[in-house]
Amino acid sequence: MPPVLLEANGVTLQYKTPRHLVTATYQVDFSVHQGDRYVILGPSGCGKSTLLKAVGGFMPPVEGTIRIRGHEITAPGPDRMMVFQEFEQLMPWKTVFQNVLFPMKVTHKFTRAEAVARANAAIEKVKLTQFRDIYPHMLSGGMKMRVAIARAMALEPDILLMDEPFAALDALTRRTMQQELLSLWDQLHFTVLFVTHSIEEAILVGSRILVLSPHPGRVRAELNSSKLDFTNVDSPAFGAMSKRIHNLLFGDERHRARVSEEATP
Amino acid sequence: MSDPKEHSVSADLRPEFEIEPTDSISIGDVERPLSFFVRMVNNESVQRLAILLALIIIWELYARWLNNSLLFPTFTETLGVFWGDISNGVLIDRTLTSLRTLAIGYAIGLALAAVLTTFAVATPIGTRILTTLTAMFNPLPAIALLPLALIWFGLGTPSLVFVIVHSVLWAVALNTLSGFRSVPETLRMSGRNIGLKGARYVGLILIPAAFPSILSGLKIGWAFAWRTLVAAELVFGVSSRSGGLGWYIFEARNDLDTATVFSGLFTVILIGLFIESVIFRAIEARTVNLWGMQR
Repeated sequence: MPPVLLEANGVTLQYKTPRHLVTATYQVDFSVHQGDRYVILGPSGCGKSTLLKAVGGFMPPVEGTIRIRGHEITAPGPDRMMVFQEFEQLMPWKTVFQNVLFPMKVTHKFTRAEAVARANAAIEKVKLTQFRDIYPHMLSGGMKMRVAIARAMALEPDILLMDEPFAALDALTRRTMQQELLSLWDQLHFTVLFVTHSIEEAILVGSRILVLSPHPGRVRAELNSSKLDFTNVDSPAFGAMSKRIHNLLFGDERHRARVSEEATP
Repeated sequence: MSDPKEHSVSADLRPEFEIEPTDSISIGDVERPLSFFVRMVNNESVQRLAILLALIIIWELYARWLNNSLLFPTFTETLGVFWGDISNGVLIDRTLTSLRTLAIGYAIGLALAAVLTTFAVATPIGTRILTTLTAMFNPLPAIALLPLALIWFGLGTPSLVFVIVHSVLWAVALNTLSGFRSVPETLRMSGRNIGLKGARYVGLILIPAAFPSILSGLKIGWAFAWRTLVAAELVFGVSSRSGGLGWYIFEARNDLDTATVFSGLFTVILIGLFIESVIFRAIEARTVNLWGMQR
């Protein structure tokens, strides 16, 4: 079995809104192994994005620890590159090429020549070579997302953190992007932690799925889905998995609703 | 007709079909370059030149019809005085005096604005201080401080610089701060993600991201400063030899030399137009327009 890369132990996360102290997740444990396509799945309000921010180092847990390669995460760092849902993550004042090059230049992880070569290779991988010298505002949503992915991958982080990266795209583009992400993974076998609220996307993209229950987020299940992908979307196994997750997420709710209906005459 | 079932039945009655896309060669090129004339008419500078030309023609016609050079000299007469004063060096000298004072005031204003905004971005109390000061001083016309400046600094360049600094500082600081505040959270996070902190974070992420606001602050600051300077110079010349453009206008008015007054105003406008539509326009074209942050 590949070694454990990222480990969360009893992570409780809280954040303040102007009126409330919100507990986003409660004592969540999970571990991501090298080469995993690890998906965190849950309905809105299960704290999955907050959890990803904590892994990114933007938010310290009030309880528990998150470790990467054995070191506790205390601050943001280029070993955990994030890809966000919003297109604003790209710098509008830099071209596609400059955007991809920028993190490598800032972190000095590679020499100048190496960085340029890596940036070009990453842009080539996401099929944007002909848009290399164009500014982000001239790109479509899907292309902007590809730039963000290329930028993150070019830096060769220990783990790629993706926060609902395809949620703002139209359905057709989303499907293409999911396929492209999988084909990139087939070539490079990077480790990715992927947050989504779509059951289908979780099964397609993920090799392992962490299901969280809402308010606050607690671990509900951890499932294997590495054998389910685009080739067997219509298979009974895919449908069964989808139903199983659906029941995990909404089963108790329906049950609870029925109980409360019976309780109130 | 209102029955939804009937609709679906009628849809089923119509046959389905699939066709290959037709050859689109009959419309010619899908992308066709516009003709030279159309591009010229759409060009912003050509349009602005045309407007200027029209204004000049109206001016000339009206002045000729009025035929009173004490009240309203013609464009050609003004141009004559303008050329005359440029070739004998008076106007150039006056303009340079004004621009020099302006440059000093503008630079000090920008430096102070940078210090104040840095302080405001770094600490919450700094933000309160800056927003309060701006709310107090921004509505105060800089020229209203001139009498006070004269008491403090006497007749001379320091008084002018003081009022210019006042007119630049608040506009620039306010715009820069609001620019910093409106940098999207995702962009901030992607900057911090790659380990940027402190001055590098401000220089590499915040300033470029806030650049549209900073630039509009610079433009407003420049316009305030230029206006204030000319107005202040109208009140006093540093000395009759080395006064600025405002003093040039004031002297000419005392001599009832309206054509020279016009030529002074003409210079003020020309410099304003030049800075605005050549210098700032060029900066915009190379930055915010290119980046698609402003249309």
